[in-house]
Amino acid sequence: MLHIVNKSPFTAGALQSCLRIAKAGSTILMIEDGIYGALDGTAVSGQIREALGDITVCALSHDLEARGVNGKVLDGITLVDYDGFVELVTANDGVQSWL
Amino acid sequence: MKLGIMVNEGPYTHQASDSAYHFTKAALAKGHEIYRVFFYHDGVQNGTDFTTPPQDDRNVVKRWSELAGEHGLDLVLCVAAAQRRGLVDEDEQKRHGKTGHNVAPGFRISGLGQLIEAGIQADRLVVFGD
Repeated sequence: MLHIVNKSPFTAGALQSCLRIAKAGSTILMIEDGIYGALDGTAVSGQIREALGDITVCALSHDLEARGVNGKVLDGITLVDYDGFVELVTANDGVQSWL
Repeated sequence: MKLGIMVNEGPYTHQASDSAYHFTKAALAKGHEIYRVFFYHDGVQNGTDFTTPPQDDRNVVKRWSELAGEHGLDLVLCVAAAQRRGLVDEDEQKRHGKTGHNVAPGFRISGLGQLIEAGIQADRLVVFGD
């Protein structure tokens, strides 16, 4: 299952809800303001680092660059472009946007 | 693979329409079929032909229209959402006695059934919104 999170973890509970529900083996893709969840040294970094054992976490490079934070991503998070976004959608058997 | 796209936010207020556009373009470039793009709620504002953004700004509406022209995309505006927000095609103009119509090329107005159908017919439905 692919979970798409487009909200900052510092303004909405989408990432927290997603982490609570996402099963081991699933993938989370952070897009738009959701990419703030992918950064190192924040209040949620530890939680993401912990989740990385069971869940694949990806972030859209386009949106990281647009916000000037592409150099601050946690180790273990995979950066994808829109091609990679399409591949994640087709490779997973379902897509859930956490709006 | 057959992909359905849903857009729930208008242009210039939220990134959803931009994200959906770039995703759709990338999917088409990879040879996937876009079964339908369904615009719901404020997303219907993506289909108004009356937008005239500054020339050096991206034209979100025109960009969708052009992509539809190149690839024969089915861009559907939800009728109830469109009526509330002043999106009117020629038929609706006559029916409601309006002074004009403003549905951009490549877009059409239809019902929520089109979203359900996209959910059934497409292999994946990807939702962009707030």
